[in-house]
Formats: sequence, C-alpha cells, structure tokens
Amino acid sequence: MRKASWFNVVSVALGLAFLYLPIVILVIYSFNASRLVGIWGGWSTRWYAALVNDQGMLDSARISLSIAALSATAATVLGTLGAIALVRGGAFRTRMLFSGMIYAPLVMPEVITGLSLLLLFVALDVDRGFWTIAVAHTTLTMGFVAVVVQARLLDFDTGLEEAAMDLGCPPLRTFFTVTLPLIAPAIVSGWMLAFTLSLDDLVIASFTTGPGATTLPIRIYSEVRLGVKPEINAVCTIMIGLVAVAVVGASLLAKRRMASSE
Amino acid sequence: MTVARNSRKTPNARGRRLVILVPYVWLAVFFLVPFLIVLKISLSQTAIAQPPYTPVLDLAGGMAGLREFIDGLSLGNYVLLASDPIYLISYARSVSIAVLSTALLLLIGYPLAYGMARAPRSWQAILFMLVVLPFWTSFLIRIYAWVNILQRDGLFNQMLLALRIVDEPPAWLATDTAIYIGIVYSYLPFMALPIYATLEKLPESLLEAAADLGCPRWMAFWLVTLPLSLPGVIAGCLLCFIPIVGEFVIPDLLGGSEAMMIGQTLWVEFFSNRDWPAASAVAVVLLGLLVVPIVIYQHRQMRQLEGGRLEGDH
Repeated sequence: MRKASWFNVVSVALGLAFLYLPIVILVIYSFNASRLVGIWGGWSTRWYAALVNDQGMLDSARISLSIAALSATAATVLGTLGAIALVRGGAFRTRMLFSGMIYAPLVMPEVITGLSLLLLFVALDVDRGFWTIAVAHTTLTMGFVAVVVQARLLDFDTGLEEAAMDLGCPPLRTFFTVTLPLIAPAIVSGWMLAFTLSLDDLVIASFTTGPGATTLPIRIYSEVRLGVKPEINAVCTIMIGLVAVAVVGASLLAKRRMASSE
Repeated sequence: MTVARNSRKTPNARGRRLVILVPYVWLAVFFLVPFLIVLKISLSQTAIAQPPYTPVLDLAGGMAGLREFIDGLSLGNYVLLASDPIYLISYARSVSIAVLSTALLLLIGYPLAYGMARAPRSWQAILFMLVVLPFWTSFLIRIYAWVNILQRDGLFNQMLLALRIVDEPPAWLATDTAIYIGIVYSYLPFMALPIYATLEKLPESLLEAAADLGCPRWMAFWLVTLPLSLPGVIAGCLLCFIPIVGEFVIPDLLGGSEAMMIGQTLWVEFFSNRDWPAASAVAVVLLGLLVVPIVIYQHRQMRQLEGGRLEGDH
C-alpha cells in the first residue's frame, strides 16, 4: 500500500496551485465590473456583452477556428501516415532524415519555423493569408499527431493484424477494419492536440499571415501589448471554458468506452 | 496460401511506399526546403525591393544567371552578427536564461512528478489530467494571465502590501524575474510529464528490496530512483531547453525592453527593421547553437521507438 507522505502531498498541491491560480484569477477578473485591474467593482458580465459587438474579434475567432479545423485534419492524416511509416515502414533509406523531420518541429523554436516558411512562401510567390497559415500549422502539428499515434501503434498487439492478413484480408482492408479502430483514440487525441496548437499559435501565424487573415492570437497579442484589457480577459475565459469542456468531455467519453469494453 | 501472399506483395509494397512518401514529401517541401532558403537568404544583402533582398535566383538566366547569383552571395550578415555586440549579448542572454530556467523547472518539476507517481493509483489519472489541462489552454492566455497578476497595481503587489512585506509596490513586469516566472509556468508540464512517465514505470519492488537491505529512504532515492528516472529528466530538460532559447512571446510580454532574447532580436530584425537577410543569419546561427541538443533529442526519441518495438516483439 502506498502511503502519501507530507512532502509528496505538498509538492503536488503547490505544483497544481501554481498551474491553476493564474487561470482562476484571470477568469475572476473577466467578471470584474471595473475597468481597472487593481480595483474590484463587483460582478458583471459587461465585458462579455461588449464582445458580442466586437466584429473584429468575432471575425478573428472565425478565421482561427477554420484554420485550426482544417490544419488539424490535414495534420492528422499526414501525422498518422508518418507514424505508420516510422513504426511499420521497416528500414528504408533516409529513415533518419524522415524521423528527424517528424520530431524536429516539436522542439524547433517557432521563430525559425515561422521565418523559414514565410521565406518559402515568398520564394513561391503565393498570396499570404488563410491558406499559408493553414499549411504552416499543418507542418507544425503533424509531428505531434505522429508522436501520439506512434505511441499507440507501438502499444497494441500486432497479432490481430497478422491474424486478419492470414485469414486473407487484404492489407488496405486490414488497416481500415482492424488497425484504424484500434488506434482511433490516439488519432482523436492527436486531432484535438493539433487543433489546440493551431488555435494557440502566435509566432508562426504572425510570420505567415497576410492581409485579411488576423487570427485570434494575433489580435489578442496586439491588444495585450498595449496593456491589460478587461475584454481580453473575457475572450480568454471563453477559450479556457471551451477547452475545459472539450478535454473533460473527451476523457469522460474515453473512460465510458473503456468501462464498456471491459 | 503462398500464391495468395505473393500476389498481394506488389500492391502492398506500393501502398507502403505511398504511406511513407506522402508525409515525407510534405515535410521535405515545408520543413527542409525552407531551411535551405533561409540559409540562402542569410547570404544575401538587403535591398529596397520586393522581395527585399538581392540577389534573386533567376532560373530563366541559365548558367550565366546562376553564376551571377553565386557571385552575389556574401558572408556580410555573419560578419555583422560577429561584430555587433547586440547579437552576441542576445545569444548569451538567451542561452543563460534557458539554462537557469531549465534548472528551476527541474527543481520544481521533479518533486511534482515524484509526488504524482507516489500518489495512490486511483488518483494518478486525475492528477495526470490536471497537469495536462493547462497545457491545452492557450499559451498566450497563460502568459497574459501573469500580466494581470504582476503589474504594478496587480494582485501580487496588493498581496505583498496587505501582508506588510513591502511598503512600496515593486515593479515585477519588465524584469527578468517576470521572464523566469513566465517560462517556468508555461513549461512546467513539459518537464514534469516525461519525468512522471519514467517514475510511474519504476517497479516498487526495487525500493522495497533496498529498504529490506537496510538502505535509508534518501539513499534509496539517490541510488535507485534518481538514476532510473534519468531518461525522463533528460527528455524533460531537452523539451524545455531547446524552445526556451528561441522563446519570443514570454520575454516580449513580461520582460523589459533594454535587453532582448535572440527570438526577439530576430523578430525585430524581421518585422521592424525589415532586414530579411540579417534575420535569416540570426536564425541560421540560432539553429547552429541548437543542432546538438536537437539531434540528441531526436536520437533518444528514435531509441525509444526501437526499444518499444523490441518490447512488442518478444
């Protein structure tokens, strides 16, 4: 039986408090009636009401969500293929280069990735905006999907696939009827991860954006640079709320599925 | 059976090649080639033109065009980087901030991971989710949350004043302290989770054996737990150190304006000075600084992959 020592309890509690307090404070301040951060003017939803009429902010939110959905979907397809290539592809020439290109974007400083992609788009002479950001985000996030899916691929029993193949199931059908359902949870979490990363990205989007494609982080950033604004607190609270609902919902769903399969 | 297998072989091999080729080509075009372009432009000169650099490679010019292009390249930007102390200071500052904050992260992240791994099994999934959850919320928002707290009339100073720790509210924003707080705050999950992953797999029987043989708990930690968790520690440190060196958002929103990290320098060269070749040279040197840790990181990822496969095959 494990006993929870004081040291362990305290370090976990402090760590979690450190992670959550700033977010909690931000959420509370978004309901502050006063414009000044230092003064509590009572509870109010006026900043949320102001948001509804902020057309620029709404446009940015729409652009960001579209880019995130598009690039997450593309990154999920590419990343899943990449993971399969790494785990099941066997030895092929330049495999080191391939794995390097999959893993490197995970840690590469965003300023480098952003600058290099922009220079590519300039060299190709394409109009920058929605599509260039989507391509940049796909490239950035497919490595994350690949890592998540790869972990799942390494985890499960290849005997199931072999059994299907031995019974005469063609490879493609084996993939869709056996492999895909088994790695589906990883693919879903990979997609969610890619979606969040895209929604979150400021640096790469700033480099690859063009006229008319101001994403939510770019807009938030340009407002935040001028100081704290209560409207921004409200935007952030909405985003935090959406993410919390999505993540908790997904994990509850996963739990129920696991419980029913047992 | 054999016949059936053979007849499948060709489409199978073709399918496999396609599975590799699609992500491969995508990454080559959008990840590898752009670096070569950065390298090329770092050897160019600034020009008031569109695009704002010369020479521009004109493939229509044939061999003569190519020669003219190569003659136009110069190492001028790198000479500038080496001669202007602004750049050297920027690089040194970035690396030293990254080293110190990685050490701080380890100091805070290890006990957190250790506490999680020692928690009752039923709690672990919940604790894991609680540590991951902030990572899902926007990075920018989390940094911005600290602007709220650390500004002059923010909550932190109000608390210090109320507790009579200070008489005058000190400035926290635009200081290095704020940068360290922001970095440690945003990167904590990246440090804690890899360590947790190794600690969680650590068999308890090893520690029980050590205790049975009369080894004190702190010594068992030093001799058993710490060495076995080293892969997680190294993974966590690399996952933090590499991106921190090139960090832009945190020093820009929380730090002061007198000293810049290299990510900011690159940003200013690009967006304010519109000096694309200089920005490219800054990026190339930054990549040169980070190439060793990145290769180590990739190597470890690959080894983990091979290790996983061996385990799966047994």
